[in-house]
Amino acid sequence: MLINVNSKSYDVEIEPDTPLLWVLRESIGLTGTKYGCGIAQCGACTVHLDGEPVRSCSLPLSAVGNRRVVTIEGLSPDSSHPVQKAWAALDVPQCGYCQSGQIMAAAALLSRNPKPADRDIDEAMTNICRCGTYQRIRAAIHMAAGSDKGGGSVIHMAGMAGADASAADRSTEV
Amino acid sequence: MKKTQHESTTNLSRRRFVVGTAAAGGGLALGFNLPLGIDPAAAQTVGAGNTEVNAWVVVKPDDTCVIRIARSEMGQGTHTGLAQLVAEELACDWNKVAIEPITAGQNLARKRVWGEMATGGSRGIRISQDYVRRGGAVARMMLLQAAADQWKVPVGEVTVTDGIITHPASGRSTSYGKVAAAAAKLTPPDPKSIKLKNPREWKIAGKPMKRLDTAPKVNGSMVYSIDLKLPGMVYAAVKACPVYGGKLAGWDESKVSRMPGFSGVIQVDDATVAVVANTWWRAKSALEALPIKWDEGPNAKQSSATIAAHLREGLTSNDAFADINVGDAPKAIAGAANRIEAVYSTPFLSHACMEPMNCTVRITADKAEVWMPSQNAEASLAALSTASGLALEQCQAYNHTLGGGFGRRGGTQDFVRQAVAIGRRYPGTPVKMIWSREEDQAHDFYRPISQCKLSAGLDQNGNLVGLHIRVSGQSINAYLAPHNIKDGKDRRQLQGYWPEPGDAQIGYTVPNLRTEYAMRNTHVPVGPWRGVNTNQNGLYLECFMDEVARAAGKDPLEFRRALMKNHPKHLGVLNAAAEKAGWGKPLPAGVHRGIAQFMGYASYVAAVAEVSVKGGEVKVLRMVLATNCGHAVNPATIAAQVEGSVAYGFDSLQSEITVQDGRAVELNYHAYPIARLYQLPKIETVVAPTYDFWGGVGEPTICVTAPAVLNAIFAATGKPVHTLPLKNHGLRIV
Repeated sequence: MLINVNSKSYDVEIEPDTPLLWVLRESIGLTGTKYGCGIAQCGACTVHLDGEPVRSCSLPLSAVGNRRVVTIEGLSPDSSHPVQKAWAALDVPQCGYCQSGQIMAAAALLSRNPKPADRDIDEAMTNICRCGTYQRIRAAIHMAAGSDKGGGSVIHMAGMAGADASAADRSTEV
Repeated sequence: MKKTQHESTTNLSRRRFVVGTAAAGGGLALGFNLPLGIDPAAAQTVGAGNTEVNAWVVVKPDDTCVIRIARSEMGQGTHTGLAQLVAEELACDWNKVAIEPITAGQNLARKRVWGEMATGGSRGIRISQDYVRRGGAVARMMLLQAAADQWKVPVGEVTVTDGIITHPASGRSTSYGKVAAAAAKLTPPDPKSIKLKNPREWKIAGKPMKRLDTAPKVNGSMVYSIDLKLPGMVYAAVKACPVYGGKLAGWDESKVSRMPGFSGVIQVDDATVAVVANTWWRAKSALEALPIKWDEGPNAKQSSATIAAHLREGLTSNDAFADINVGDAPKAIAGAANRIEAVYSTPFLSHACMEPMNCTVRITADKAEVWMPSQNAEASLAALSTASGLALEQCQAYNHTLGGGFGRRGGTQDFVRQAVAIGRRYPGTPVKMIWSREEDQAHDFYRPISQCKLSAGLDQNGNLVGLHIRVSGQSINAYLAPHNIKDGKDRRQLQGYWPEPGDAQIGYTVPNLRTEYAMRNTHVPVGPWRGVNTNQNGLYLECFMDEVARAAGKDPLEFRRALMKNHPKHLGVLNAAAEKAGWGKPLPAGVHRGIAQFMGYASYVAAVAEVSVKGGEVKVLRMVLATNCGHAVNPATIAAQVEGSVAYGFDSLQSEITVQDGRAVELNYHAYPIARLYQLPKIETVVAPTYDFWGGVGEPTICVTAPAVLNAIFAATGKPVHTLPLKNHGLRIV
């Protein structure tokens, strides 16, 4: 069965009901797309199908047809997609396991809504991150959109009374 | 950030991250004690032409400083933080630092020069910091000595900045890379001559440096254990008896043996069966089609209701032990002007790491290898040796970056033992075992279930005269480490209520105080869950304090402050959170605040939540969390951990593992809700170090998240929440 992934055509010999996720990971060898739940709940397996975000763990190969699949490996050749750049700039990932899916979901959001409001991000970014990187995900999407909302982690360096009187209280946004 | 800056950062980071899964092996046995002070002078290797200055530092001719790291990285940022500490003392150019994880075998072969590798208990930085800083300092001293020798000048006349060594008197300069080979041949200095920098003068440590491991996490190139590819690899899907304690009774292989790619069915252990195939999806599909017979045993009669009744009995039983028993709390409470009592409970919770349990093995007659995501690579190596029957010296364990750990992938190593049992049947063939999400949820070592009865007495002025805390619940030690229970007293279950300072001390002084634990074990496996017992105990005490404050007619912050005069660090961080949150300042209509403080993992933490509640919909609008972790090695990764602890704390508010017919019910994310982006508030992190101790970061702030939110809900509704999850009260976080 022929499948187009990251602008390359692959002829895979596998049962047509195999989920696209496992075709990508095991037949083609693209392991950037992750298995998290297998029931389209967590979004770690998010890829683009003709530009639309889909959860590949629950999409059988037979349903892909001749639509173009783009995975995290194909989003850009050099991590230069605006979402990837914002992700790196804000150090969004912690363990990183869910981030391929998060980035693909964010890239799809920005392609249909170049200036998403917080509410749009709330609705589109339903992927699970167990490390809880959500605040930086939100900020990175705004950054990738070119918005000057700033953000990311909000850090207040506090001098403790009596213990470190010399340290002035200073607040930074990183 | 501007484009050019970003690109250079990305490229640099890619170069800087050295994936260390291809190094030499070795072996060791479990049961090492942490060496009492690792002697960095003993860390030197011999050998011509090498530029390993010592075990921690290799300087390449191009001035790249490779810093070796022993602890696991699971997103908590320890790799970057440890590299900062070494680099600080090394005085190298931070932009030329690369990190290289070591293997358990390397550590064994060099007599554990890198210390323990176990990564849990928020210890990655605080327990390693002294010897890694000394390792960096020794390397610096040797590099300077090499330059001084070359120039034939006293070493006291040379200085270093960013890895450039200069001799100001003669105007000469060189770089670390140029003298590294000579430095590697020198005798290390007397450890007594090492002087570590004053943390207040740090230039690399203490700063919000960018993580060293981001680049491969934004383009899919990070190879997690689950992603490993080896030639000729076969794949295994496993299923254990869903009832804990039950056994595998049989299966009918004929029903699946003609499925595509099928290789075989294997009994893994007395409770577990595996199907092996030439892809994992095929293995899993065949496993689901395989008729399996279980001998579920007597535990199949257990349920959440029977477990709750078992714990409830422990709230008033005679077998509890008292840890703190100051004054006479029951008597003081009985005679108080105003008595308050409440019973709280918290459910089992699963870790739900995003990367499911998995492990790859390759076993031959005389060699065993394992690739795994482990919080304790040495325990993985030991498990490999035990399960394979091969000597430690014949075993190698290659750890990967973990797709989440949270306490699940530490000492138990069940995933290694299972994979080895399968791999032994495929000698010479790599076998990758992956658990389905359902298997991962069904066979966790869950956060233990507990209940807590709290009683308080107030005098006529609303002063707390007596406090009695009785915890009844399951013991982690009883399940995993019975040797840690001394004289039948498992103090670990009272974490956060301990009287002694230093780790998890109770922050209140009450004239009559009694803390008790009644052990009530169940058939359900339990283990450390990020934050461990501080989460439940913090919730019980801090929510109850708000009930008592309200009964006393006092502000929750002021009520706490009056009890904390003898605990200045607890008080200091509470004040820091309250001040930054603006406690006492007016809020918009319908918005309410809650506050909590606690101590765990040697750090003092506090939180304030701002919450609105409308018709069962709880909206958390803002959270301010403060931590005094002693020294703050990287404020940015501290903030990331604090933000993550809010998400983890939210899960403890909305998730539960219930038991029916002896097995876990919530087997995937649709039934076990993990916090989503839309639910998270704006989070502010207050980093308030006092520079006089070393505390942990990864876990402590979880234990104040849930009580701060619950106390804000209490303020909003007037009704305390005594049991979780919130859905039991018609509440949900929106």
